[in-house]
Amino acid sequence: MKNKKIGTQTVRLSKPVIITGVGAVVGPKEGEGPLAGLFDKVAEDALYGEDSWEKAESKFVTEALQIAVEKSGRKMEDMDYILCGDLLNQCTGTTFGIKDFKVPYFGLFGACSTMGESMSLGAMLVDGDFANNVVVGASSHFCAAEKQFRFPLALGTQRPPSATWTVTGDGSAVLSKEGKGPVITEITTGKIIDMGVTDTMNMGAAMAPAAVNVLTAHFKDTGRQPSYYDVIATGDLGYIGKQLVIELMAKEGYEMGENFTDCGIEIFDKESQDTHAGGSGCACSAVTFTSYFYKKLMEGTIGRMLFIPTGALMSPTTSQQGSTIPGIAHGVVIESRTE
Amino acid sequence: MEETTQAKQAYDKMVKEASPDSPIVLNCIKAFVSGGIICVIGQLLRNYVERFSLGEDNTALLVSILLILASAILTGTGIYGKLGKYCGAGTIVPITGFANSVVSPAIEFKKEGLVFGMAAKMFLIAGPVIVYGTLTSMLVGIVYYFIG
Repeated sequence: MKNKKIGTQTVRLSKPVIITGVGAVVGPKEGEGPLAGLFDKVAEDALYGEDSWEKAESKFVTEALQIAVEKSGRKMEDMDYILCGDLLNQCTGTTFGIKDFKVPYFGLFGACSTMGESMSLGAMLVDGDFANNVVVGASSHFCAAEKQFRFPLALGTQRPPSATWTVTGDGSAVLSKEGKGPVITEITTGKIIDMGVTDTMNMGAAMAPAAVNVLTAHFKDTGRQPSYYDVIATGDLGYIGKQLVIELMAKEGYEMGENFTDCGIEIFDKESQDTHAGGSGCACSAVTFTSYFYKKLMEGTIGRMLFIPTGALMSPTTSQQGSTIPGIAHGVVIESRTE
Repeated sequence: MEETTQAKQAYDKMVKEASPDSPIVLNCIKAFVSGGIICVIGQLLRNYVERFSLGEDNTALLVSILLILASAILTGTGIYGKLGKYCGAGTIVPITGFANSVVSPAIEFKKEGLVFGMAAKMFLIAGPVIVYGTLTSMLVGIVYYFIG
């Protein structure tokens, strides 16, 4: 058997897995941000015609999956697996969004790193000849997340400058053995890193060390430098987390240059949208990739990209008990194939 | 990343340096002014209610009721939550803030039913205030019994 593993945490797929279609459905705030016009659908309001935030999130899931499958030129019946997840308890945002598709399903939880986790596992399933087409994705909803993790929306609270804003929406992608589109070539799976951060209003700081774990492991495993990539994009570290990654990487001997950005910085305009340290949530990396970065990969303006969604693996219970916030990150190498 | 105690302490220092602090002085000024405005409104209401000669206790009660009502309506329309962003403690501390902390979870959890949703979750934030408020007044009462 040919071993696909290189180094300690990275695998190189035997044949590139093609991202044949993507779907990004977002809420109104995201639709007014810097990436306006790149999304497939923008909801008029956060309830999206439903009677609860949770049902609205499921509607985002349903529609983004349908759009991704449609744009891949395939039908839902052609999908061998669905691999998706979200932030709500027991991943119900996903469950209720996909239950009528009747496609074999693996529910995933990687907190806000779920898009990276689903792309990693989906690509491995296709590369391992277990599937021809897999649909992957992740979703989150600002109001549903606030309700579950923080305070009621109508409560008059002040958010600290380090707080991030959960992105509302769903980003989904179809990964295929055959077809046209950008390709996934390598995967670097992160380890859980816990540097003792307990402040749930500073998630970027809690997750930055996990992103550093993936970055250093990836560069060591492949022998590359950060400059090898046109874009290195972490998931939802925001301004503070990004700064911490730059500092931590410098200590490890790597210089993170202009090509390094974060989806949480790209998706909102910090000043006009009052989002403090940036965007967050599963949908942050998912919708930024499936709209902005996917388009650039299709055009060829990005040749090689290292996409690293990041997640904070805590719950309101563990935080209230004073536990620290363990972080995780999932690295995926995506290359443009314009021919 | 090594997860040693030393590395964690060094990282904690890095995080503190990288994270901007809340503008405490500005927040205090905003809270002082906005909280003061709410109290002035309360006083104006009181001056008005006093015209009806309801007695000291009833006047105070009616003013509180009117402030709570106003806060509940402003919470329901989403205005009080927005005010809270700018006013901070200024809108939390007066009685209007207490009303906001009861009404906002009531709205949020209405979808989970009127019993286990709205009614049960209504005291999610106000509950601790009631518990420790009662406890403190008990302690003060005991002290007062022996000293006063």
